[in-house]
Amino acid sequence: MHNEHSDAHFQSRIDSGEHIEAKDYMPEGYRKHLIRQMSQHAHSEVIGMQPEGNWITRAPSLRAKQILLAKIQDEGGHGLYLYSAVETLGVSRAELIEQLQSGKAKYSSIFNYPALNWADIGAIGWLVDGAAIVNQVSLQRTSYGPYSRAMVRICKEESFHQRQGYEIMTTMMRGTKDQKAMAQDAMNRWWWPALMMFGPHDSDSPRSSDAVKWKIKRETNDELRQKFIDKTIPQAELIGLTIPDKNFKLDEKTGHYTLSPINWDEFHRVIAGHGPCNKQRLEHHIKYHEQGAWVREAAEAYKIKHSKKELQTV
Amino acid sequence: MTTKEATYNYVIRLGDNALILGHRLSELCSRGPILEEDLALTNIALDMIGRAQALLKYAAELEGKANTEDDIAYRRAEINYHNYLITEQPNGDFANVIARQLFISVYEYLFFSELENSKDETLSAIAKKAIKEVKYHKQHAIDWTLRLGDGTAESHKRLQKALNDLWMYTGELFEMDNIDTYLLHQHIAVDAMALKTKWQSEIDRILTEATLSVPEDTYMQTGSKKGIHTENLGHILSEMQYLQRAYPDAKW
Amino acid sequence: MATDTQLDLWEVFIQSKSGQPYIHSGSVHASDVKMAMQNARDIYTRRGEGTSIWVVPSIYISASDPDDSDMLFDPSKDKIYRHPTFYVMPEGAKNI
Repeated sequence: MHNEHSDAHFQSRIDSGEHIEAKDYMPEGYRKHLIRQMSQHAHSEVIGMQPEGNWITRAPSLRAKQILLAKIQDEGGHGLYLYSAVETLGVSRAELIEQLQSGKAKYSSIFNYPALNWADIGAIGWLVDGAAIVNQVSLQRTSYGPYSRAMVRICKEESFHQRQGYEIMTTMMRGTKDQKAMAQDAMNRWWWPALMMFGPHDSDSPRSSDAVKWKIKRETNDELRQKFIDKTIPQAELIGLTIPDKNFKLDEKTGHYTLSPINWDEFHRVIAGHGPCNKQRLEHHIKYHEQGAWVREAAEAYKIKHSKKELQTV
Repeated sequence: MTTKEATYNYVIRLGDNALILGHRLSELCSRGPILEEDLALTNIALDMIGRAQALLKYAAELEGKANTEDDIAYRRAEINYHNYLITEQPNGDFANVIARQLFISVYEYLFFSELENSKDETLSAIAKKAIKEVKYHKQHAIDWTLRLGDGTAESHKRLQKALNDLWMYTGELFEMDNIDTYLLHQHIAVDAMALKTKWQSEIDRILTEATLSVPEDTYMQTGSKKGIHTENLGHILSEMQYLQRAYPDAKW
Repeated sequence: MATDTQLDLWEVFIQSKSGQPYIHSGSVHASDVKMAMQNARDIYTRRGEGTSIWVVPSIYISASDPDDSDMLFDPSKDKIYRHPTFYVMPEGAKNI
């Protein structure tokens, strides 16, 4: 008889392509990795509302404003789906928010960069969401059921995000001299941080191997990054944007683009809290979370009062 | 004044209400008291901006100068905006947002239920769509009014203050000027003054249920029909119009 | 430490078209049933995914124990006579 609570049995389920559900046996490391990765993912969606939110009130047309609002709303929704998926592992959203605000939990460093001109909204959609989608498509097949289901829904909804970003970039590259300059400026600032979104090289990524073994991650950081580079460079060239890297070239033999080395010092510096907006993003989150406390308390108080009333009338 | 000119002005007023309130609500994105409410408020903002787009597009047609709805939304001077003063008031706290939503959505539900019968087919169609949206906005506002009014002492106090503060901007909702009257006779416009009694009794009923007091009568602020605003509108426009004004030749 | 409330957890089931089954879509937080309903609408039907919604407090959902899977689900696997393909019909039989 096999032991259903053994790591070996768990691994055999993973290897045969089964999904793991909340109540199933899972090794502690698997649970911890999931909570860390999923909550980081959820926080990223929620913090990611801010850089784009910076431009809602300045969106240049009614159409642009509606699209941007709907997109940011989607991100909030995606954060919500992911928080719910983490909650299946017995961690409440209140705890997750506490971890974010205390700095114990991270979010994607990309959102510590500022959105400075309207083309940044294009660049965020095209490059940042584009990079996220490469990762998310892969995560639809992740081994944890609730995570996988959240990712399927997210991917379905995200499909318009990248296209709207590319549409903005295209419009601006076809526009006035000022607009072209804004688009190239946004490209210059977002290109490298977008590549960093996939995380350190596989050789430097300590947790990658477990995550791949458990099929939480289905492809490695470098594999995903390469996919993104290969599909994005032709898109940039099509609309006349310059890749901010003098050394990039297409390797005819492999069919892949090669680039200059990524500046990992910058990556680690931003993760350590020294990006342009780390402090601002977290303070914004804390401020509105605290300002909402009395509202949540009122809703709770109303519920308690009225559930008592209902009982009395029964 | 031709019917077309009068209708243009009337449509601009309705469009501006949706445009400016939608703008205010859009400012709340990522600032909700809980993630779910953030999404709910964004949905309301999207309904408003969508309605503004439909109305201003119609205004552009009536104007007949080859302007788009964006030209109208983004290129006018402050005095040519005719949104009710209540729509441009700052968001303040969540209680203030809810108080504003309550006053406006109860009004708009009555208003669009009448406008649906307008002889102007475009306005009637826009009203039909708006009623469905506003019915939801109203339910959302009423439910929160009950929760905050009958929630904690703090929420009760905050909401009561917000209702009292905004009360002076509610008089405008029922004003009729010569454009309104002219179009009312042609069965195009709504008799806003006639909505007052129903609005008042509905607000009374909701506030009483929420254990709140109906604000005392006060001097009612006015000005939007003449383009005289509070200081808030100028700041909204300086943000909203920024790109359109800074790069007048650009297409977005 | 003061404990923050993020309200109660609810499960959301959406019917995509009239006549179709209600399918679990995800969760929302809400303090009462009206709020749960509105939040479910605002979050899970933004793209016209639904015609009807069920919400239920998550505490009322019970899940079967994975350790009982053998007991619960294996015994039904060999009851092939419950499936129509088990039965041999004479050649030429129609509408059956």
